[in-house]
Amino acid sequence: MRNAFADELTKLGNEDPRVVMLSGDIGNRLFDKYRAAHEDRFFNCGVAEQNMMGVAAGMAMSGLRPIAYTITPFITSRCLEQIRVDVCYQEAPVIIVAVGAGMSYAGLGPTHHSCEDISFLRSLPNMKVVCPADAWEVRAAMRAALQQDNPVYIRMGKKGEPKIHSEIPADFRIGKALTIEEGSDVCLLSTGNMLPEVIETARLLKVQGVSARVVSYHTVKPLDEECLAEAFSRFKLVATIEEHSLIGGLGSAVSEWIIDGEVKTQKFLRFGTPDSFFRLSGEQEYAREQLGLSADHMAKAIMAALA
Amino acid sequence: MNVEAGTAKLDVQSLEDAARRLRGKVIEMSHAAGSAHLGSSLSCCDIVAAAYWHVLRIDPTNPKNELRDRFILSKGHAATTIYSALAFRGFYPEHLLETYTKDGGKLAEHPPANSLPGVEAATGSLGHGLPIGNGMALAGRIKGQSYRVYALMSDGECNEGSVWEAAMFAAAQKLENLCVIIDYNKWQATARSNETLALAPLREKWEAFGWDAVEVDGHDIGAVAALMANVPNGSGKPVAIVAHTVKGKGVSFMEDDNNWHYRAPTAEEVVISHKELGLA
Repeated sequence: MRNAFADELTKLGNEDPRVVMLSGDIGNRLFDKYRAAHEDRFFNCGVAEQNMMGVAAGMAMSGLRPIAYTITPFITSRCLEQIRVDVCYQEAPVIIVAVGAGMSYAGLGPTHHSCEDISFLRSLPNMKVVCPADAWEVRAAMRAALQQDNPVYIRMGKKGEPKIHSEIPADFRIGKALTIEEGSDVCLLSTGNMLPEVIETARLLKVQGVSARVVSYHTVKPLDEECLAEAFSRFKLVATIEEHSLIGGLGSAVSEWIIDGEVKTQKFLRFGTPDSFFRLSGEQEYAREQLGLSADHMAKAIMAALA
Repeated sequence: MNVEAGTAKLDVQSLEDAARRLRGKVIEMSHAAGSAHLGSSLSCCDIVAAAYWHVLRIDPTNPKNELRDRFILSKGHAATTIYSALAFRGFYPEHLLETYTKDGGKLAEHPPANSLPGVEAATGSLGHGLPIGNGMALAGRIKGQSYRVYALMSDGECNEGSVWEAAMFAAAQKLENLCVIIDYNKWQATARSNETLALAPLREKWEAFGWDAVEVDGHDIGAVAALMANVPNGSGKPVAIVAHTVKGKGVSFMEDDNNWHYRAPTAEEVVISHKELGLA
């Protein structure tokens, strides 16, 4: 996702003179092409995220479209007040791009994990929260964000994830989920970088005779209510899947929607990370296994719920 | 796009009159609302008067003019000062000041976002104005516009780490169209600012952070106006004006008495204050 981000940024920089790139001292050489073309619209803001977010707001208030980028916890919780006051309150059209969502950087330890950011940003007025599933959705999300006049948060994974789409999905809209695979028994609502794991989950279910619809539910705010209404009316089991805490993420948002709308549900499962720090060393795949977010674990849990 | 059209260029005597008028109104508003921060509002009246009646290239009839100078009241708790200045300069009718803190109004105790002409940024949480000012100043550079950006901060506000992040960033980017004014009244909410965090030597700190930093008597309105008007000043650096001020300035029994950070004046005290200011 990361390289697609840099590549799409370069294109957007060529197309739109309002685009300005702000980096929190990461992405060594990642932005070389962009910088070669737009040195006057690239700023390494250093390890100073509060200032970076304020700078982004000030630029957006002056008619530019800044993209503020660094590792997920540092572009969210580190400067949350600047996001709340400078960006959201002032409705400054800043595009906040995070790299390393969830357990992407599992090996770096809990300082670099981010399983709370959706919760934080979703609660802020005027903020849209988008979690692209692959490199193509990252490109689509960036293009869609640039069309907005409000703040947008784009929550990316890292680099080298499997590509699900083969091009920018033409029907990508913020707040409109994408059906990846059709199915008839259960509906799996995946947000962000969990999609490859969810596709594998669907494959495992199919082997056991359960047909699963797989949805890239990339926008957590605003919710695609039409998608939810259809899923809960039609499937005997609906599950939300996210590499994020069960407190405040997609599963929470859907739960709120169910309660507020007095929606009749059959089975509803929420897969996410628990209310604890993941203190063990190891990479993302290991963390997912430990946290119950591997395809194998999720398929078993779904089969158990259906039994 | 004529930003000079609405620009005032008052002489020192007239600037002092404008500052006195601001003080009188600020005191009235604090009394009517029973609101805090009067001492902070009074200490920056001369700086705000210099800005709005001498320095800023602004057009009250076109407050969003892209080429205007930007003035950010980063010390948002001095809202009554900027509310009064904007009203007196014609950004909105003066009677709007009577709605200050009233139910359903636009004038809360800190300046709002996107709802009051002339308010460049919502402030109230300290340490936000300068980063935003950095962004505005850089936007001007990117767009080839020569406007200037001013951020008025308090000394207590310099406790915030974001101020120093922003200071280093502005210096690195050589934002010579950016000017910070520190209303150095030596008090923060509950204590002497230098006993709270080691602020001094403040001018030297800004200089060490890469700014062209000067000290001035913040109540010498002519000197303040001259320094603010001389931005960019040819140094190639952002400009920091450390303005030595007195909290509660202008009213004998409020000066340097930090109780007026929270206290609101009685009707009688308003009358005495106005007399002292020569407004009665």
